[in-house]
Amino acid sequence: MSLDPAYLEYPKRDRGMDHEHYPYSSLFDRKPLEWSDGKKLLIWPVISLEYFPMVPNDDPFRAPGHMQTAYPDYRHYTAREYGTRIGVYRLLGAFEKVGAKVSVATNSVIAERYPQLVEDIVSAGHEIIAHSTDMNGTIASGMAESDEKALIEGSLTSLQKTTGIRPRGWLSIARSQSFNTAKLLADAGVDYMCDWVNDELPYTFQTDAGAIINIPLNHELSDRQIINVQQQSVDSYAQQMTDAADWLLAEAGQHGGRMLPMHLTPYIMGLPYRISGFEKLIAGFAERDDVGFARGETILDSWKAQQ
Amino acid sequence: MSEAQKTDPGLYDYLPYRSRPKIEWPEGKTCAVWIAPNLEFYELDPAVNPHRKSWPKPHPDVVGYSHRDHANRVSHWRMAEMMTKHGFPGSVSLSVALCDHIPEVVEDANQRGWEFFSHGIYNTRYSYGMDEAQERAIIEDSIATVERATGQRIKGWLAPALTHTPRTLDLLAEYGMDYTCDLYHDDQPTDVKVKSGQLTAIPYSLEVNDHYGFFIYNMSPREYADTLIRQYDRLAEEGGQSGTVMCIPLHSYLIGQPHRIGPFEAVLEHIAADGRAWITKAGDIVDAFRKQTGGAS
Repeated sequence: MSLDPAYLEYPKRDRGMDHEHYPYSSLFDRKPLEWSDGKKLLIWPVISLEYFPMVPNDDPFRAPGHMQTAYPDYRHYTAREYGTRIGVYRLLGAFEKVGAKVSVATNSVIAERYPQLVEDIVSAGHEIIAHSTDMNGTIASGMAESDEKALIEGSLTSLQKTTGIRPRGWLSIARSQSFNTAKLLADAGVDYMCDWVNDELPYTFQTDAGAIINIPLNHELSDRQIINVQQQSVDSYAQQMTDAADWLLAEAGQHGGRMLPMHLTPYIMGLPYRISGFEKLIAGFAERDDVGFARGETILDSWKAQQ
Repeated sequence: MSEAQKTDPGLYDYLPYRSRPKIEWPEGKTCAVWIAPNLEFYELDPAVNPHRKSWPKPHPDVVGYSHRDHANRVSHWRMAEMMTKHGFPGSVSLSVALCDHIPEVVEDANQRGWEFFSHGIYNTRYSYGMDEAQERAIIEDSIATVERATGQRIKGWLAPALTHTPRTLDLLAEYGMDYTCDLYHDDQPTDVKVKSGQLTAIPYSLEVNDHYGFFIYNMSPREYADTLIRQYDRLAEEGGQSGTVMCIPLHSYLIGQPHRIGPFEAVLEHIAADGRAWITKAGDIVDAFRKQTGGAS
């Protein structure tokens, strides 16, 4: 038994990354950032607004949270709808109480189906990030480039039509991309994407269609990961976010402004028995002079101005 | 039955925990504690091994790849500073191609006085299916690459992504390596049966590996810290009978996340303050063990 000799050849084994998208860079070697109003840490809340069609699509993959039983899967369809009817309003209410403007990663189909909801979001000063069309709009390699291009453009165009604003940011479902995604996003004029989780500040990501900024939306600190996957309580989630904030604030004193992504799912965090714990968490953040809340585009513009 | 499919792989003789000869660590310490940071490089679009997929998703597996890239850009630096602050050296499980791709991280570890052992070329290239010449090639590559980058001769091995062949341990001994981190049968070092030379299995750990803690057992950062403290307390107590070994295997992209590194500090504070810990490197533990037990059993 032996392997193809090519398996022991390493054509990209050289200085830097094994791709051309970004050079190596240590977070601790960069010019310290300064956020406005003397803030040392910006919390970046991102609420995912998801519409799950009753018939799931497995091509290229089935989205996390999608239908599971034989048709009709009323339990999952309606439990996800709970998020868009009730949970999201609990989250928006929680952020209103502390005066926070947040990002909302929105399936364009949500805006088409529930115009009142997106009107409430946009008029309150929150930011809409494009989040595909609906939860059947997953992306991975193997997808035809023309199909992916149409999916991205369809989401952006629809959200522009329904909200009056072309989204500046993009979040892929499950942060899953093909080798074409970043290029197609840059080509569509998207300013930033949230899919790559390799950093804790924005950085420039090169594509064949020019540069796009990646703002890392930490997947480990999402309510989905901590509460659904790891089966932790909301109190544990709050402790983990508090520990993260404390650590980053201490680091900010030496290395400059930091950001803490807070990725939220209405049908997970917006439940009656969880929301009070969540409200307590963000009230605690709001009380701290050196902590602020920011939308993705606000972080992007502040970061860009300092490059 | 072929050599590769024996029921008992013949690695060592059974040795019950009771009534063992006493292993003594320096200065009367009861538990040798070593930290094994995995400094790795994963490929975005690796060649395919017919026996194991590199990534669960089609390439590019953006979350899988970029999560691990967090190690080199962000979390290595946090983890390394924390270890140095509390007087813990690292014994590095190294994807040796990291020396070529991101020498900054390897140089940092070397300057901190850490020891290196090989964890293969990349953590996306596996030993499964290799013939002997191919396996020799990755061992020789590892020795040469680490020597060139750090001046250190590697003394140990943790198979890339824990992928072995039945000949791996014999080859490691033949190349003069002292230890393997691939066997999980004991809380004390064991000499492994090899065709030539001497090879010691040093206790590494999957059970208290941060990957298991966070992705198999789904612990919160504070639960994981508590787990490590309990593991240490028990091993330090039992080590009074005969010295034990505790390894803390880490991946900075896990332990160096902002919600985890703070709680982890309590572990290092606890062990450093306890007084029973011999805080050291893998090679020193193997040397001390061999001085007491002699040649290969």
